[in-house]
Amino acid sequence: MIDKSVPGPAAAVADIRDGASVMIGGFGEAGSPIELIHALIDQGARGLTVISNNTGSGEVGLAALLKAERVSKVICSFPRTANSTVFPDLYRRGKVELELVPQGTLAERIRAGGAGIPAFYTPAAVGTPLAEGKESRVLEGKEYLLEHWLRADFALIKGRCADTHGNVVYNKTARNFGPIMAMAAKVTIVQVNSVVDPGGIDPEVVVTPGIFVDRVVEVPAPQHESELVAAGAVYP
Amino acid sequence: MTTDTREIGWTRDEMARRVAIDIPNGAYVNLGIGIPELVARFVPQGRTLVYHTENGLLGMGPSPEKDKADPELINAGKRHVTALPGAAYFHHADSFAMIRGGHIDLSVLGAMQVACNGDLANWSTGEPDAIPAVGGAMDLVAGVKSVYVITQHCTKNNEPKLVERCTYPLTGRSVVNRIYTELAVIDVTPAGFALVELCPGVDLEYVRSRTGAPLLAR
Repeated sequence: MIDKSVPGPAAAVADIRDGASVMIGGFGEAGSPIELIHALIDQGARGLTVISNNTGSGEVGLAALLKAERVSKVICSFPRTANSTVFPDLYRRGKVELELVPQGTLAERIRAGGAGIPAFYTPAAVGTPLAEGKESRVLEGKEYLLEHWLRADFALIKGRCADTHGNVVYNKTARNFGPIMAMAAKVTIVQVNSVVDPGGIDPEVVVTPGIFVDRVVEVPAPQHESELVAAGAVYP
Repeated sequence: MTTDTREIGWTRDEMARRVAIDIPNGAYVNLGIGIPELVARFVPQGRTLVYHTENGLLGMGPSPEKDKADPELINAGKRHVTALPGAAYFHHADSFAMIRGGHIDLSVLGAMQVACNGDLANWSTGEPDAIPAVGGAMDLVAGVKSVYVITQHCTKNNEPKLVERCTYPLTGRSVVNRIYTELAVIDVTPAGFALVELCPGVDLEYVRSRTGAPLLAR
């Protein structure tokens, strides 16, 4: 019998060690697995490399992980948002390294990592400062940049529902990076509002097949970053 | 979104409406952050446009009423939006395959500077203490069939944004097709900036005086 469900966020992230690379899903607050991130803060791992589109807002979720100085490097397309002060402050003080990646290149590097494609050529960023130091090549009459895959030790993502085999469906634009991060990490951990038995999700609507998922955690009423920030919440 | 207080020229809403008039029926359109977001409010009668937002939605609709907002249904600017009948959700790699693969017809973006050869700078001032952030702009200009820029004609300090050569770091080389400002609609042509239309009440010499590169008359 396959049962990928684990009892709670703390158990799900218990083996994330110092220096691990961690993909964290979400675009802004949509799809940000706040409860898993908070469990990671409680767990204490340091020196993490975080791969995520943004860097969080306020002092909860991803921003709280940064604030606790657990992250040494961020690979990201847009490290600032409204109410984002933690990352800019750490970056200006030299406390965190940033690898800035165009958003589509970030997505494709993650997809490639999960698909076993070590590198690929893309037209994005040709002729810009982000092309500096990158191999380029003219293909089909146009210039392209060589980009390498991204893989990670862990992925923390948020879905709406999963079955115990790890099949996942998402909620609206909270899907964003979840499906590709699930493919690109050695251990993929998904928090969902509900975990159901096999058969509880129509196979026709599964977005992330369970082969890409290692652990599912039920978080019945996940918190929303914007609501926490509006309430002035600070974690821990 | 601030209200435009300049005395001369189109308001931001009028600029957005002017862009919408040029979008053909059935087009798939990506809207950037800021003034471009306003374009979604103005779909000319009889046309159906499908708005794409890079964070995974085709068929984006207007903002919801406040009590109906869903924190997991947002646009690229992280504002609450709605999904219209016929909408589809997808993940980020598919979203940027639509962009990079040439499936999106038009991208409407903001700008810090546009050069007369179509170079665009819209992500960084290059200042040492700035927090660099690029988002999807470089992928959009590299892959979408046409790129329209919607921007104020000059900066708050009255420096031209339409220039001979961008001094800010580039987003892409020779990528802009058309520019909409509060003063005029301007094409980027092999010969440089070329006037398409003046805002009523604005004359060509005034626009030229606020443009940092030659502007060809119609």
